[in-house]
Amino acid sequence: MTSSNASSQEPGDTLAIDDDFDPDLLPLGDIRRYPNHRPLDCGQRAFLAVGSGVACLAAPWRDDMISAFGETTGEWALRRLRDDMLANEEGRRILAERPRIRTVEGGGSIDLEALRRLPEGSLGRAYADFLDRYGYSPDHRRTVCFVDDPELAYVMQRYREIHDLNHVLLGQGTDFLGEVVVKWFEAFQTGLPMCVTGAFLGSLRLRPKQTRRYLQEGGYLAYALRTGSDADLTINYYFERNWHQPLAEVRQQLRIEEPPNLK
Amino acid sequence: PKMQCRQLLRCISRSPATSSSSCFGVTRRQVHQPGGFDTSFGFEEVEPGQKQDRVNQVFNRVSNSYDLMNDLMSAGLHRCWKRRFVASANPRPGWRVVDVAGGTGDIALGLLEWSRRLPGRAPPPVRVAPGDGSVDSFREAAERQTAAAEAEAPAGCTVSVVDPSPSMMQVGSAKASAKGSTFASSIQWLEGRAESLPLDEASSDLYTIAFGMRNCTDLPGVLREAHRVLKPYGRFACLEFCSVENPLLSILYDEYSFRVIPPMGLLVAGDWDSYEYLVESIRRFPHQTLFANMMREAGFSAVNYEVLWPGVCCIHSGYKLPSVK
Repeated sequence: MTSSNASSQEPGDTLAIDDDFDPDLLPLGDIRRYPNHRPLDCGQRAFLAVGSGVACLAAPWRDDMISAFGETTGEWALRRLRDDMLANEEGRRILAERPRIRTVEGGGSIDLEALRRLPEGSLGRAYADFLDRYGYSPDHRRTVCFVDDPELAYVMQRYREIHDLNHVLLGQGTDFLGEVVVKWFEAFQTGLPMCVTGAFLGSLRLRPKQTRRYLQEGGYLAYALRTGSDADLTINYYFERNWHQPLAEVRQQLRIEEPPNLK
Repeated sequence: PKMQCRQLLRCISRSPATSSSSCFGVTRRQVHQPGGFDTSFGFEEVEPGQKQDRVNQVFNRVSNSYDLMNDLMSAGLHRCWKRRFVASANPRPGWRVVDVAGGTGDIALGLLEWSRRLPGRAPPPVRVAPGDGSVDSFREAAERQTAAAEAEAPAGCTVSVVDPSPSMMQVGSAKASAKGSTFASSIQWLEGRAESLPLDEASSDLYTIAFGMRNCTDLPGVLREAHRVLKPYGRFACLEFCSVENPLLSILYDEYSFRVIPPMGLLVAGDWDSYEYLVESIRRFPHQTLFANMMREAGFSAVNYEVLWPGVCCIHSGYKLPSVK
């Protein structure tokens, strides 16, 4: 069940995965504004925010709780992020075209085979290698459902989809330390409460050796804080048009430092 | 399969008759009933054949956290209701009970515990050993056989649990084994639907169904089937959510059901849609007087219903009289 407007190199499918969602055709009283939208009222939002926060700590393997926490608490930060995107030319293009980072089979425009064939050191090749190393797929990301405004929902979805690319840009793996570094970076860039709490609480759970590398002079925490505050917003970068760019140049363009090598 | 799951969830989440909920306003769900009970999956209309499959999928998904969610949703009240239900069903030792839609075994275990506490056992069949025919040897042989039979027959009733969902029954049989091998050996777990029970005619003394009737597709069919498997003078007992008479309670109940339970389902079981279906299916169930009439039409006598505190569920009961030939 793929979206019919998915053509191979044109980034163009909107937040709607399926085309048959027309808000005007919904029955009266149905206030959903995009597919998978679940409108919440204030009480439900508060309940889910608190409950999912608790569930994230108690059961960190539950990614649906992490998504729910981010969506229910992120309204203010998403608005600020959307305004930052509007101020940037490329960000405005992304908001207008609403590209989705999904494989062709999943309804998007990413052709993983083509990315794997790109030259070594390019952004697309590094991304494909990252996905292959950990067995991920861009289709695994959950679709946003608790954000009411469709544009903010798209911003949240875009943030979620470039999380793996942030890993690639920062040169971090998906072990706990790598996730904390990326979360700090994202906390500075987006201001989402989920990132801030995730980075802080996650850092409390690091193992001793990781904590040492994290806290030392020139260690990962310093790198994350520095890069997070200096770098340009990665959400404004049109990844889909720049797979062929060398990774080092992309980092330079976004003012991201090379990661420290402390192994 | 992932795309099919997403498609299914999209279908489930598209509830055509829900009214919008505003921030601080009180929300009343408009019960819009274009079709009948057998074509409603919650508030969504489905093809008659599809409802059973959808229901099976719901229960296969929630089986692991079903008991925990029951405790959280009803703040433990469901245990009181079920205990009251078992007491009113009053299974005697030696009875054969059929518990329909009893997947996780709450009722089956409750029935066993209740019947074991009652005095007496089923009278074992006395086989007369060939002997010299004198009265004393007959009495001795009977006493020996009674003692032997008492030693080996478990006390209490035997329960056949019928449920369409194997995963629910797996949870139930694990609970029964944890309670002890005598419990586990007195319960038989059969996969099947309430409309066509895998049991013989007139084979059960008691038919129970707790919180399962609203998930059935064909209510008259279920009642006819219950009538079929019951022995003459057998008892039918159904515990189910009912229409709330008290207007204030009704408002609170609606708010709680539609606004709190689905998010709670997401937090605990990771499944919003299944719990939204469950609360919607309660609204679709016929009124308690209507259901009592349906029972009378299916042939039950002395049909009665008793509403349990605080007024959200009730026990329907009826007897099968022997047919006049």
